[in-house]
Amino acid sequence: MKYLIITVLFLLTFSISAWETDTYVFHDEVTEIRYKTLVKELRCPKCQNQNLADSNSPIAADLRREVFELLEQGKSDGEIVNFMVKRYGEFVLYRPQVSSLTYVLWFGPALLLLIGVIVVVQILRKKPVEKETVVLSEEQKNKLAQILKDK
Amino acid sequence: MNKIIRFIPLILFVALGIILYRGLALNPQHMPSALVGQKMPEFVLTQLLKPKVMLTEKNLVGDIKLLNVWGTWCVYCKYEHPYLVDIAQSGRVALYGLNYKDDRDDAAQWLKDYQDPYRLSIFDPLGKLGIELGVTAAPETFVIDSKGFIRMKHVGPIDGKVWQDKFLPLIETLEKELKGVSS
Repeated sequence: MKYLIITVLFLLTFSISAWETDTYVFHDEVTEIRYKTLVKELRCPKCQNQNLADSNSPIAADLRREVFELLEQGKSDGEIVNFMVKRYGEFVLYRPQVSSLTYVLWFGPALLLLIGVIVVVQILRKKPVEKETVVLSEEQKNKLAQILKDK
Repeated sequence: MNKIIRFIPLILFVALGIILYRGLALNPQHMPSALVGQKMPEFVLTQLLKPKVMLTEKNLVGDIKLLNVWGTWCVYCKYEHPYLVDIAQSGRVALYGLNYKDDRDDAAQWLKDYQDPYRLSIFDPLGKLGIELGVTAAPETFVIDSKGFIRMKHVGPIDGKVWQDKFLPLIETLEKELKGVSS
């Protein structure tokens, strides 16, 4: 009886399925690389700061499957990205498209750099102010000598 | 002139402070739905309680339709359930369910145990229609107008306050639109 239980338990271990880990089989290496790049560039819509590749959430797993299936269907990277944007919005892009909403994001840093360069150039071009030479009077010189001496 | 320049950093700092402070109050989970204003996507899926009946978007009839994404695994679906029953009974909208990534038997049992507020539920075990709709998790509720356009997407459970603040104004607008068309 004991052996029977052990045997049954042993056999049961084989029925454990590993459906959670994605084990997609790709036809060729290029598709696999494209898949890996896409899941890195697409943001998981449910989790704040994770891409599809890093997230364990069910929706991320579904979207990875969707990316895989779209690749299998022979869709281009652009088509797949558009597919996601159409359904989940620009939110899913880690590299947002250039639009009036994202101008600040795309051109802000360059603008700030430009302002910085202008300021630096302005400062450098300014002629150094000529120093007035101050001459001490005889009285002041004596006073200074006195102070130094007292020290 | 020089004095003004001296104050520029302070002004910039205060401006940045205000912007960042306002940012604290924003909800980072909120994302504008890409589907509002779009037509309800096409689909072919079975009916939850009648596995042999195939449903398409044409089976969702009614002037104002609510499509509620739910699952037995979803905690907040239970929370919003009594509100959905009330909404269905009010008869103002046609309430449909999208059983999302669930087990058919479990879901049927759930509807038996509680109460089935839906005219019918679409069974979407793989979340395919969910992806078409940009669903991230349950519960989510879509408001679809008489022409089949999605007018609103609500993420999270519905309760009295959400219904009052978010749904009712839109439903009133839709009812007015309908009257405008018929008269």
